[in-house]
Amino acid sequence: MCALDGVSLAVAQGEFFGLLGPNGAGKTTLINVIAGLARADAGSAAVMGADVVTDYRRARQMLGVVPQELVFDPFFSVRETLRIQSGYYGIRSNDAWIDEVMHHLDLTAKADANMRALSGGMKRRVLVAQALVHKPPVIVLDEPTAGVDVELRQGLWQFVRRLNRDGHTIVLTTHYLEEAEAHCSRIAMLKAGRVAALDSTANLLKSFSGSQMKLHIGRERLPEGFPGEVVSQDGGSFVLKMGNFREVETALAQLREAGIEIVEMELQPADLEDVFLRVTGR
Amino acid sequence: MTGFRTLFYKEMLRFWKVSVQTVAAPVLTALLYLVIFGRALEGRLAAFAGIDYAAFLVPGLVMMSVLQNAFANSSSSLMQSKITGNIVFVLLPPISYLEFFCAYVLAAIVRGLVVGAGVMLVTVWFVDLRLEAPLWTLAFGLASAALAGALGLIAGIFSEKVDQLAAFQNFVILPLTMLAGVFYSVHALPEPWRRLSHFNPFFYMVDGFRYGFFAVGDLSPWLSLAIVAASVFFVSLVCVLLLKSGYGLRN
Repeated sequence: MCALDGVSLAVAQGEFFGLLGPNGAGKTTLINVIAGLARADAGSAAVMGADVVTDYRRARQMLGVVPQELVFDPFFSVRETLRIQSGYYGIRSNDAWIDEVMHHLDLTAKADANMRALSGGMKRRVLVAQALVHKPPVIVLDEPTAGVDVELRQGLWQFVRRLNRDGHTIVLTTHYLEEAEAHCSRIAMLKAGRVAALDSTANLLKSFSGSQMKLHIGRERLPEGFPGEVVSQDGGSFVLKMGNFREVETALAQLREAGIEIVEMELQPADLEDVFLRVTGR
Repeated sequence: MTGFRTLFYKEMLRFWKVSVQTVAAPVLTALLYLVIFGRALEGRLAAFAGIDYAAFLVPGLVMMSVLQNAFANSSSSLMQSKITGNIVFVLLPPISYLEFFCAYVLAAIVRGLVVGAGVMLVTVWFVDLRLEAPLWTLAFGLASAALAGALGLIAGIFSEKVDQLAAFQNFVILPLTMLAGVFYSVHALPEPWRRLSHFNPFFYMVDGFRYGFFAVGDLSPWLSLAIVAASVFFVSLVCVLLLKSGYGLRN
């Protein structure tokens, strides 16, 4: 089985990059290759110029990964876990930074609690903290908000955006497309191990998707040559996919001209979900 | 080096935090062996001339504990980390495969020797034990714990499930330990068992270790040490190559 096929990507330093795709598209495999958790049969990957195989020490030192699975070592407390993780990266006394990370992730009160005693959301916070102990310039977040409550989600994004502003490169995979739309400046969409789309978030929204217009009129037929594509119809209620705002203008003019009264109208702007569905062919 | 030191420290902390299970329990098991077998087989099994059977038994029990616990330490730690997924915390940082190997095996040696020392401490009250050549005891103790630790790592690398590891432990380590002359001198065995015992590397460890206590053995300690050292080298090489390839860990 080929998990990744001809994937060629470059993420610029300081970018907030999104990696999207349906389950099994190869997102985690790609991250695992970059992180050295899996070996690619062919091709290469590098973190800030350091090859992940031949120069793995430098590559891994510059990378922080928040894994998708909620994993933890049940033998240790939160502080012990973070101290041990710092040591793995060659940092012997790291308490000041550990305290700061714990503060930002609201973990300070749980510093001496055993990992087993933490809730799922708290364990997720520790995973994020573990990825940050060595202040990596590149941070990969693999589904960081899966199963996490709203409060943590907001706190986490605040913290990650701050890291991004401070110059950290962020690579994010998520199933919550609104999160990718809100935070990522550029997005790659994977489908069956291949890059199906790669562009800035704005361009993707522009090129793949139009606005959706919900229209309720007093009759069951639209005038001839009405712009847009009818997605669904229920009596006098239509859902139309509009290419751009000029089409909306034309539609309103045609309705006026035909003397059709608008009972109700709602215009929804394009979102990443439309792009995702189109690109992944769902 | 900090990566190696931290991994070694973490491995030590891991077994020390559950020392009742990892140290006290095997010491108690060895004591029970001594009480039951030492008394039940007293005078029935041939040991070395002039040496009380219970005294003969103690070094064997110590070595058995060293081997089993060194193996258990590296194998169960790696296995648990693989099953729970927290192995990523060790695989993500810039820790080389050699540092990985040394940290796990060194922690296994420490656990093996701590349990071995514990067994000696509690059994010494029941038998009159001499330590004629302590350097031999130390050399065989260290080498044997290293071999078992490296074997444990290999078992952990290959095992995907707990029952696979249990099979390795029950069908390989336990028989090799039990048939290594812990409870008897191989000279007392009939053929072909006596000859077959010589194919068991654990036999040389037990015999060499016992030589350190009584300055008497079934074989020359130099021959035993050479065979044990060769085994340690071969098993370590296999283990290091497996770690280098990433087999069972980075896939």
